[in-house]
Amino acid sequence: MAHAHKLEIFRGLIKFKSNTQKIWGVLIFLTIVTAIEVILGIYKPEVLMGKVLGMKGLNWIFIILTIVKAYYITWDFMHMRDETKALQRMVVWTAVFLILYLIFILLEEGGYVFDVYKDGYVKRDF
Amino acid sequence: MSTTVVNTGTEGKTWGGGNKPLNASYGKMMMWFFIVSDALTFSGFLAAYGFSRFKFIDSWPIADEVFTHVPFFHGNYPMIYVAFMTFILIMSSVTMVLAVDAGHHLNKAKVTLYMFLTIIGGLIFVGSQAWEWATFIKGDFGAIQTKGGNILQFVDTEGQRVALGDFVVAEHKDRTAHERKNGLWFVSEGTLPTYTVEEVIHGLETHENVLVRTQLLDEHGHKTVLSREESLKQVKENGKLVVEGANLHVNEYGSPLFADFFFFITGFHGFHVFSGVIINIIIFFNVILGTYEKRKSYEMVEKVGLYWHFVDLVWVFVFTFFYLV
Repeated sequence: MAHAHKLEIFRGLIKFKSNTQKIWGVLIFLTIVTAIEVILGIYKPEVLMGKVLGMKGLNWIFIILTIVKAYYITWDFMHMRDETKALQRMVVWTAVFLILYLIFILLEEGGYVFDVYKDGYVKRDF
Repeated sequence: MSTTVVNTGTEGKTWGGGNKPLNASYGKMMMWFFIVSDALTFSGFLAAYGFSRFKFIDSWPIADEVFTHVPFFHGNYPMIYVAFMTFILIMSSVTMVLAVDAGHHLNKAKVTLYMFLTIIGGLIFVGSQAWEWATFIKGDFGAIQTKGGNILQFVDTEGQRVALGDFVVAEHKDRTAHERKNGLWFVSEGTLPTYTVEEVIHGLETHENVLVRTQLLDEHGHKTVLSREESLKQVKENGKLVVEGANLHVNEYGSPLFADFFFFITGFHGFHVFSGVIINIIIFFNVILGTYEKRKSYEMVEKVGLYWHFVDLVWVFVFTFFYLV
């Protein structure tokens, strides 16, 4: 049982007095992020609909905010912050590299199949 | 016997044994590795969802239009209920981590309370998901499926969705659903739609203000609405099946794949939540019985906590990729 918790988040910007306080602090942060996502999802501001690197700007914001949320859930709720560097890397990099490859290969092929339907001789709209 | 080797002379050195490079117990480490492998399973599902979405990138359903219901309230509230479910799950994650924290202080009463709240949160989430499934399966507006498997929905001249029941009149039918007990034995079919395609065509002809909306997205991301002549032509020439609600074969909201992935991904996640609740209940009773009190270690609570947080973590991603993006 690791009693020593690291109590600062945002790279030391906020330091909590106790572990319980940190939990509530992280909850407030996660709630704010979720609220931002939902509000953007409902109103879909026109400014953010432009394409950035082949995807809508809004979608990039959603994905980045999701990864931010995932980081705080893993690091503070699952206490990854208190584990050794080796365990952190073992868990995170394994997942990150395999998932990135999976995403790349499937989205690339999905786009290819779309092109076949669109430009090829396969008729779908009837 | 002074020559007997009793030690290797490497005690305290890196390879001397007894080292714990990860400084984590066996159980906790294995839970982490299980979580990694489960995360890969879920990312496989979500990436497959992405594949299908990119395959039909110009005709995929708009999630905002699909998930618009809130229990006990009428009207159009996109996202609100899913946001509520997300919040419930994050909240139960918080009570779980509070239970783990209380466990570190060997405070049995607090662990019991927080475990109990976590279980309640999990049950609310599973219940909400069941409700969401029921609403999705029931459907709300109804649509026509074409020969090519595309979905034609109906809107009025202002672009508001029109339900089939608002302009189609069901006539008396002799055709009944084929059950296993009669007709061809041990062969059955699903529930028959309320209307036939002919009735829908008739309703469309008599209602001047109803138009057909296709699956295709225009450059602004809105679904294409056909003109009155094209609407009639499209339904008459290609209309094949009346679709109400969604199942694994047909889906009134758009591509059937959308419903398939909805059932599969949220179902698999819901199953994780369900099993998480069961494990939490087992641990909850162990806490009450004082098993961990005697052990002087609440690490078991920490381990199920990891699993429970993982379930929350997955939901964060499902929420983004199913409902937001």
